[in-house]
Amino acid sequence: MESTLKIEPINFNSRHLLGVENLSLDEINYLLKLSEKWLEIGRKSKKKHETLRGLTQINLFFEPSTRTQSSFELAGKRLGADVINMSISQSSVTKGETLIDTAITLNAMKPDILVIRHAAAGAAELLSQKVDCSVINAGDGSHEHPTQALLDALTIKRNKGKIEGLKISICGDILHSRVARSNLLLLSKLGAEVSLVAPLTLLSDYMSSYGAKIYTSMEEGIKDADVIMMLRLQNERMSGCYLPSAREYFKYFGLTSDKLSKANKNAIVMHPGPMNRGVEIDSEVADNTQSVIIDQVENGVAVRMAVLEALTLSNNRD
Amino acid sequence: MDKRYSNIVFHNARLIDPLTNLDKMGSLLVTDGIINDIKIGELYPKSDNESKVIDCKGNVLSPGLIDMWVFAGEPGYEHIETLEGVSHAAASGGITTLVCRPDTNPIIDDVALVDYIERRAKEKSLINIHPIAALTKGFKGIEMTEIGLLSEAGALAFSDGYNEIKNARVMRNALIYAKNFDALIMQHNQNKDLSDHGVMNEGKVSLRLGLPGSPAASEIISLERDLRLLELTKSRYHALSISTRGSLDVIKKAKELQLNVTTGISINNLMLNENDIGAYRTFHKLRPPLRTEEDRVSMVEALSNSDLLDVIISSHDPQDTETKRRPFIEAGYGAVGLETLLPAALSIYQENLISLPKLLEKMTINPAKILKLDTGRIAKGYPADIVLFNPDTPWVVIAENLISKCRNTAFEKKKMQGKVVMTMVNGKIIYEAK
Repeated sequence: MESTLKIEPINFNSRHLLGVENLSLDEINYLLKLSEKWLEIGRKSKKKHETLRGLTQINLFFEPSTRTQSSFELAGKRLGADVINMSISQSSVTKGETLIDTAITLNAMKPDILVIRHAAAGAAELLSQKVDCSVINAGDGSHEHPTQALLDALTIKRNKGKIEGLKISICGDILHSRVARSNLLLLSKLGAEVSLVAPLTLLSDYMSSYGAKIYTSMEEGIKDADVIMMLRLQNERMSGCYLPSAREYFKYFGLTSDKLSKANKNAIVMHPGPMNRGVEIDSEVADNTQSVIIDQVENGVAVRMAVLEALTLSNNRD
Repeated sequence: MDKRYSNIVFHNARLIDPLTNLDKMGSLLVTDGIINDIKIGELYPKSDNESKVIDCKGNVLSPGLIDMWVFAGEPGYEHIETLEGVSHAAASGGITTLVCRPDTNPIIDDVALVDYIERRAKEKSLINIHPIAALTKGFKGIEMTEIGLLSEAGALAFSDGYNEIKNARVMRNALIYAKNFDALIMQHNQNKDLSDHGVMNEGKVSLRLGLPGSPAASEIISLERDLRLLELTKSRYHALSISTRGSLDVIKKAKELQLNVTTGISINNLMLNENDIGAYRTFHKLRPPLRTEEDRVSMVEALSNSDLLDVIISSHDPQDTETKRRPFIEAGYGAVGLETLLPAALSIYQENLISLPKLLEKMTINPAKILKLDTGRIAKGYPADIVLFNPDTPWVVIAENLISKCRNTAFEKKKMQGKVVMTMVNGKIIYEAK
């Protein structure tokens, strides 16, 4: 564990990671540095470490999620924690009251880390008020998804060497996306110039209060961009009162190589996954050399390891 | 057939260009379908090999009329009306551009159908015809149509016709989505729940006739809600056809807030009132319903003395005799109107309530601006979509003499003043009075 010593641990303001909003710049940079370390270590054949040995991590997923859940599970296991997954089907849960009941029950089992994914915004916050351990928000409704934003920042930093001053376009269902919200907050804090691109039904008039530029034309919105971050369009938005059809969405807002040509020629293309090929992104673009979508997955594990380490280190020093 | 001339000269014409408020005697030169020159007060030389000269005899030469709300039958109701038929009736009424309704069978809610109307109109119609597309799929009021793709295909506006969008959230999102494409949303304002099965204006007359009425509030509530949503979304909205004094107050407020709202009124609501229904005359069963005389007077007053009413429409809605020869409550709605739009509107001018350029503005440049059509002008460089009419010729409307296949006119035996002499579309004479 030599490399750990090189990074001076810092105290976190909170024992939880509920969102990007309350992270300081120091905390963000520290987490990114730790992530780089774990990324390197993760590429070695011996991946298992003992940082979290003896600690219990519970992944509490009220919404199905394959990649985030396995990423957190892998992160915990590689750090030596005892990880259990609890997938609670949404249908058997009435929100609010039951969430608190679940929290109290789990708290009695004395876990050290709770990772929660829930469809209701503020669920992680609510849980954090009821338990004695660290709570990590793995996505709460349309509110935040901080580890996704951190892994995106790491991916950008590793591909572009920096974040400050980059032109980053986030495109798609901004209105309902926790990924968009967390990224907007994080990348702005890190000095990027963020643009939001979406049809007006998937934007809010109040988005401009975040200081981002708003575009309703893909061609204009990604012009000269260094990073293009596509968002997943939920199926239920595709027909109904937000958008008329997948084909119209693809025509005006789907990322095709034609539209991509408006961006900086070295631009990278990102997507939090899972992708709807032919809806928000053309297969050709998803698989080309500018795409760093697979890097994002790898970086995800490293970022989650960094978060787990940072929060427990910070906790244990109290 | 005439020898083809590359130049057509109209001389001795009373030239009216509503946009610039031009109303002067002069001449106009049409070359290759385009208005090439205008000379005020001067006379062009006599005919030569190149030019045909038409002596307008002091008649009015105005931009051709643009009618924003016409039922053209295709596809699905060809037994009632066709694009070809509607174009002949329109031409004789001085209408050079019309916009056809989407409530056909199937409903025009798909790119292929917009394309069909565009192509079919090019093939069959004497005048310019463009479609309005549905705002929601199948008029169900749930899922919006492909506003972007439909606009590209040629849809000039989006409306669910007489099916008001009930759900305010759907309306809000449709308005805001349309803004991406600067698309125009048009609504016929009638709160369905409130008007229920009302077949005429709710009031003393409906009470006497024992017919279920639709209150003025039905229109006002619908309009008020939409304009609140417009305030929220800052989109483009056109109230297709308003009919009550209360609606004018709502529009006034919205225009003061500088919302992007425009309004239309049916010629029927300017000319007739609920008393015209008389003994259950089904030809006067209209949408919106004929209102009270006070409403009608308010509408004429608003048309003449304010900018609250932007457009006059014919509301051409042909019905075969079968649907009209029924008890009032069961009869179909609507009346034909293409051939009577101009002469009926001219009566407001004849009564000295409005100037001719101001009146014509409501049927030429205003609809052109709202629909973003590059026509509606008597000005150099514009397409020669022109009507020549005598504003004084007296005549009487006789249903049998109408060109329209269906003859359900609301003006049967009415005395009119003003008749079209000639209509030209893209430099081609498509109608000449006998």
